Amino acid sequence: MLKLGASRLAPYVMAMLMLATAPHSASAEPRATEFKLSNGMEVVVIPDHRAPVVTHMVWYKVGAADEPHGVSGIAHFLEHLMFKSTDKIAVGEFSKIISRLGGQDNAFTGQDVTAYHQRISKDQLKTLMEMEADRMTHLRLTNDEVATERQVIIEERRSRIDNNPTARLDEQMNAALYLSHPYGVPVIGWAHEMAKLSRDDALRFYKRYYAPNNAILVVAGDVTPEEVKRLAEETYGKLPANPEVETRSRPQEPPHVAPRRITLKDPRAGNASFHRYYITPSYVTAKPGDAEALDLLMKILADGSTSRLYRKLVVEDKLAATTGGDYSGASLDSGAISLYAVASNGDLKAVEDDVDAVLNEVRKNGVTELELERAKKALTASYIYSSDNQASLARRYGWSVAIGRTIDQVEDWPAAIVKVTPEDVKRVANEYLDAHSSVTGWLLPEADDSNGAGEQVSQPVVHTRS
Amino acid sequence: MVAARSLRTSMHAVLGRLSVASLAVLSVAFLATLSTTANAMKIQTVKSPGGIEAWLVEEHAVPMMAMRFAFDGGSSQDPAGKEGVANFVTAMLDEGAGDLKSQDFQERMEDLSMRMNYEEAKDAFYGNFETLTENRDESAKLLKLALTKPRFDDDAVERIRQQLLASLAYAKRDPDKVAQNEWYAVAFAGHPYARPSNGTEETVAKMTGADLEAYRKRVFAKDKLKVVAVGDITPEQFGKLLDEVFGDLPAKADLLPVAKTDPVHGGRQTVVDMDVPQSVAVFGLGAMPRKDPDFMAAFVLNQIIGGGGFASKLMEEVREKRGLAYSVYTYVYPYQHTSIFSGGVATRNDMMGQSLDIIREELQKMANGELSQTDLDNAKSYLIGSYPLRFDTNAKIASQLLGLQMDGFGPEYVDNRNAMVAAVTLDDLKRVAKRLLDTNDLIVTVVGKPALQQAKKG
Repeated sequence: MLKLGASRLAPYVMAMLMLATAPHSASAEPRATEFKLSNGMEVVVIPDHRAPVVTHMVWYKVGAADEPHGVSGIAHFLEHLMFKSTDKIAVGEFSKIISRLGGQDNAFTGQDVTAYHQRISKDQLKTLMEMEADRMTHLRLTNDEVATERQVIIEERRSRIDNNPTARLDEQMNAALYLSHPYGVPVIGWAHEMAKLSRDDALRFYKRYYAPNNAILVVAGDVTPEEVKRLAEETYGKLPANPEVETRSRPQEPPHVAPRRITLKDPRAGNASFHRYYITPSYVTAKPGDAEALDLLMKILADGSTSRLYRKLVVEDKLAATTGGDYSGASLDSGAISLYAVASNGDLKAVEDDVDAVLNEVRKNGVTELELERAKKALTASYIYSSDNQASLARRYGWSVAIGRTIDQVEDWPAAIVKVTPEDVKRVANEYLDAHSSVTGWLLPEADDSNGAGEQVSQPVVHTRS
Repeated sequence: MVAARSLRTSMHAVLGRLSVASLAVLSVAFLATLSTTANAMKIQTVKSPGGIEAWLVEEHAVPMMAMRFAFDGGSSQDPAGKEGVANFVTAMLDEGAGDLKSQDFQERMEDLSMRMNYEEAKDAFYGNFETLTENRDESAKLLKLALTKPRFDDDAVERIRQQLLASLAYAKRDPDKVAQNEWYAVAFAGHPYARPSNGTEETVAKMTGADLEAYRKRVFAKDKLKVVAVGDITPEQFGKLLDEVFGDLPAKADLLPVAKTDPVHGGRQTVVDMDVPQSVAVFGLGAMPRKDPDFMAAFVLNQIIGGGGFASKLMEEVREKRGLAYSVYTYVYPYQHTSIFSGGVATRNDMMGQSLDIIREELQKMANGELSQTDLDNAKSYLIGSYPLRFDTNAKIASQLLGLQMDGFGPEYVDNRNAMVAAVTLDDLKRVAKRLLDTNDLIVTVVGKPALQQAKKG
């Protein structure tokens, strides 16, 4: 059996490399296989034989950033409507059938991807594949169903965004971060545009993007690639490709010439908090090694209580109750860095200055060898720990392939992380922590008085009736 | 940013208020067993040389192990006036122990790629530990240090206090959290279960290192310890690890007595005014204890009402047919000293009254016997067929099995459980629906600016 060395970095890295280059061995790390059906549908299989279950996902290479201007939310709305009916499945039956088979199903939408997934006992896999293939091209919708489900997504928006001060600020900051690119429009949609989404909007989007040559099948679990290939050919393989599907091309960002600032006042904000976003390259657009260096930079700067931000703002200067941040690099057109600090006593100016001091320090002097080694070890270890979960594995591969990465790139990620040098980290810090392409957000626990006198903030009042 | 269609994300957030630990326990106790998995998964009972008993599932495919353990007495052991102390301790156990101060301890954990975290529920204090095989001995030493010699240094206590206060300040105006806390305050007035697990700004502001140490000394003891390990470790190695980590703890815990209780009878409706566009409601009433002969039928009934996601009645009536809510759900949860059937719904302010009326009507219909053989068959086939999904990772197996131990069952429960689900008949279901769903007893808390009709009783 392969041994994962970890007390020293070198043997650990060797093990990762062996894992990455030893297909079909009884390796600790599942190794994915990929192939294509004749209609262009991509397939990724990740065997994991510990339990007699499978995770089945279909990923479409389309997301909210592909929506027509003014029709925001349609990608996510269509995802909801995909659970209505087809010629073979009655209204609302899709999830009920899966439940009766002992399975669980769900779906999600991002800026670049839309995915439908189920977890089920392996002997039900074919039924699932038949059902998922059926709704790829045979969706039926009535105006009544669309009208009712539209109320559901509007309630979803209220739950996720309108009831949540941090989410409200995030939405405003994203809108300010992107000057032209659709990443500035929220995935769930703007409320006034959601209210007008129609059956025609949904079907137009569906016909344009839902096709086998725009989809990726990912199966993880107690299966072999041969088995999946046979089943996929019998189900998805029968669907015609859509020749209209094109490579995605979205409006791109102009040069950024000025930092932007947002202040949101919301009485429900809790402690005042500071937030900062920067646009960066993504794993798809970055020069080789830069995205990995950004992951390490943000691990060192902002992840957990050993991070620089936490040490400086929380432990030493006691200005913040907590801090955090990360690099989101798994997207098609650009990535983003985000940072935050929750103030201990409400003085956000002092918090912001302290955050900037930490960022300036790393730009000027970089990171130490020891910090970098620790960060590498933490990232590669979390890669291994998350391999315990087949659903996380399916998501890791599916998301990457859906934005155009290869499975080799996924599996070589730990090795690429290990190659990063302190100089690389310093260089990306200087290149991408650039105020011009940033938005700074302040969230204040105050009544919104932007238009003059605001209402008083009152304590909640409780009325009880027995 | 990702928006998901379904419930499950938000349900987790909702049930997460009971803490992740509770959720895990819940699932285990009910969703255990299918012969295929039971056959594949061998549960060994291990007794360490020092006499500590635990369960082990060996799985040598991946060179790592997960261990999950619990001490009886979570936040219900917080002394009056010290509400939130258990929760405070969960945040302090990686803040330094023995000779290692906070930063040294955390860097040591990173060097070992070891994972350790804690959660408290009302009835238990939970620990999670994961290590790569290569570093197992060193990681175990660090875990032992955290449990037996935490430092609770003043500067670390102060730091964590600021975090807990910030999180309380946010939670105070989070409609989900307020609704949940208010429900327990009304249902269990005068009982430790009524108190907020995270404490209040007043109690957290006054908490000292001595309070934390006093809690640790009373609760962390061998007689109230339950442990499960899954992964790359043999029974002999596991026995040694048990003695190394837990051997030095006191033999006996010193727990405050907690009385048996029931949610208040007679029905209550509470509204907390908050200026939000969407109201959040929590509803619930008393249920049967875990070892009541009707418990399994209540569990299957809950699956039909609101535990089954898109296949459940409330989801169909409130969301699918009327578009009133994104999320509506129910669950049955047996605590050590009570048991509840509860649920929640979030809907725009002017529709909250209508949503609650529909929920009451659906519960009343079931109490009146409007349940079909098809409802029962569908629920059973999900509960039985989905069992293996609970056992597909080391970490999940460990928390599933620990839940069984917490509920006082042996490993054989795993082999018997599906037969218990299968044995529930339509007559059982109707009898239990009548016994459980007395809508006159429904306790409802709503947060927001809801338009509510005259509350109906029954």
